[in-house]
Amino acid sequence: MEKVLKKYWPLFVVPTMAAFTIGFIVPFLQGLYLSFCEFTTIKKAKWVGFDNYIRVFTDDPEPLMDSLGFTVAFAVVSIVLINLIGFLFALVLTRGLKGTNLFRTVFFMPNLIGGVVLGYIWQILINGLLSVVGEPLLALNTTAGYWGLIILMCWQQVGYMMIIYIAGLQSVPESLIEAAKIDGATSLQTLLKIKIPMIMQSVTICVFLTLTNSFKLFDQNMALTNGEPMNTTTMLALNIYKTFYNRTGAQWKGLGQAKAVIFCILVVLISFGQLRATRGKEVQQ
Amino acid sequence: MKKRLWALFMVCVLAVACFAGCGAKDEGKVYYLNFKPEQDPQWQALAKSYTEQTGVEVTVVTAASGEYETTLQAEIEKADAPTLFQVNGPVGLANWKDYCYDLSGSALYNELTSDSFSLKEGNEVLGVAYVIESYGIITNKTLLAKAGYSVDDIKSFADLKKVAEDITARSAELGFSAFSSAGMDGSSDWRFKTHLANLPIYFEYQADGIGTTKAIKGTYLDNYRAIFDLYINNSTCAPAELSAKTGDDSRNEFLQGKAVFFQNGSWEYGSLTADGAYTDDDLAMIPIYTGAGDEAKQGLCTGTENYWCVNKDASEADIQATLDFLEWVVTSEEGTKCMANDMGFVIPFKNAVESPNLFVKQDNAYTAEGKTPVSWNFPTMPSENWKNGVGSALTAYAADQTDANWDAVVKAFVEGWKTEYELIK
Repeated sequence: MEKVLKKYWPLFVVPTMAAFTIGFIVPFLQGLYLSFCEFTTIKKAKWVGFDNYIRVFTDDPEPLMDSLGFTVAFAVVSIVLINLIGFLFALVLTRGLKGTNLFRTVFFMPNLIGGVVLGYIWQILINGLLSVVGEPLLALNTTAGYWGLIILMCWQQVGYMMIIYIAGLQSVPESLIEAAKIDGATSLQTLLKIKIPMIMQSVTICVFLTLTNSFKLFDQNMALTNGEPMNTTTMLALNIYKTFYNRTGAQWKGLGQAKAVIFCILVVLISFGQLRATRGKEVQQ
Repeated sequence: MKKRLWALFMVCVLAVACFAGCGAKDEGKVYYLNFKPEQDPQWQALAKSYTEQTGVEVTVVTAASGEYETTLQAEIEKADAPTLFQVNGPVGLANWKDYCYDLSGSALYNELTSDSFSLKEGNEVLGVAYVIESYGIITNKTLLAKAGYSVDDIKSFADLKKVAEDITARSAELGFSAFSSAGMDGSSDWRFKTHLANLPIYFEYQADGIGTTKAIKGTYLDNYRAIFDLYINNSTCAPAELSAKTGDDSRNEFLQGKAVFFQNGSWEYGSLTADGAYTDDDLAMIPIYTGAGDEAKQGLCTGTENYWCVNKDASEADIQATLDFLEWVVTSEEGTKCMANDMGFVIPFKNAVESPNLFVKQDNAYTAEGKTPVSWNFPTMPSENWKNGVGSALTAYAADQTDANWDAVVKAFVEGWKTEYELIK
């Protein structure tokens, strides 16, 4: 077997590697290069060195910092809520209740709808509600925009995280739970001391996914609020998009590109930090 | 959605490019990146017909609505880049002038009826306008008659205000409102942040005798407020709900006979008369009176923001093929007929065929009466960001019509203009 693998490894590696190179490595390097340029089109890029990066911190009409606060506030609340609700659903739906499969499917379904479609649907729903209670509509209401985004993301992602947690819970060995029962552990103790430590791997994955999704959120943000009112609900990715497209001229493309690189580094750093923190709590079976 | 549309689009382009690869290379070929989705089928048909007659391959690709700049940015990088694309005026040209072929001396440029329809930089002609459009207040004459008025009763802002407020006062009894909703949703607030905003800019330019400025004064912003107030307070819905209304909502209200007035342009003619919804006898377009300037002489807002540019970086054969194609489009019987009748365009070329579009005819009639069309000055607006700022402030003002909120509009308009112009290199 190993011999065969040694002989044929290119067959397995090359297609994936080629796709990864074409679809990720090359554009990434090109993007990195462009962040040091002013350009309208990639062919006619003009090298300007670190100018763009300096401008990001000194002379940017839409500073990243403005969007960072909103993004962090959104990320913290949505990570906690999505994981908590997803985990609770998973607990309920691993008890062998009637209709478990139906509920699992139903909760998962919002995930199959694209972000922009969801954004517009929720915009109609939330605006309908706001106009009934006589509050300013989404385009004029930062608070509603914030909570609207959180509700929307919970609705979309809870089902997905639930599936991962269910898989985790099902892989906890029966023998451990039985042993705990015999030792007289209550169900709460079993949950806290046996189940949760045993599914830390799922927690790592779910927190990683929700964390990166929250920071990179774009479609839903654009469809639901598009940053209104007055850019108070603009998240990082939308901020970069606006820098790139809202003005004509080569200098904006370069600035947007530099912001995108900084954004990328930020997301990588945060998610590495998170991976290290939660990995440390994982246990081997 | 953008990403998805984009992906779909790329697949299409790839497919087109694969097929195009088989064509003959020497004769040159044309690749037109079209801006107007409404006219895509007509362009496709025209291209096909030209290919059948001359054997020159013409590819027409239409960018999704609102995605033209992003599409062009990606397309122009390719080996088979568009040979023909368009910019929306001087501000748009600034982005693309490195790619514009000098059209002076070309047949296309010589066919123009007036030099004012070209976009110049020094002596170079970089863009040529290909369609002239008008906008104003589209009026349902039948409903107006039911309310006891006719379009001849509206000759000034004061008349318009009187009629609109009278209709509002009796709207329960009449069963319709004066204006269709001024939808401020991001997809359609251009009707107000761009088209309506053109009027105060136009009058200021007229008063100061200029054609563009880096510092707008906002002399006529009170008139802007007056007309906007009229729109939002005599409408089919409460002003607070406008932020979520779209242009489609507005058109549907007009089509369903819920409103007498609907601010939009000659491009709406097709959708208003489709399936016999309205006939020419029901409709009229009146100037947008704001109480500024000489109202007795004010015509419709007529102009263009559609300029053709030929890609300088295309091969010589392709450039020549593109110029030949354009010449054929604006001079041949088939081309001019297609643009007038099928696309509903008024084209600023010598061989133009008269368009059946009612609003276009009305524009001509107003001009014949000695009225002066209001020119389109929004191509001089500094950036998309400026428009968005004004749009945001207008939306907030519509929901809560206080002086403080109007001051925010003025600030976005005047200070925003200055800031955004300073940001242009």
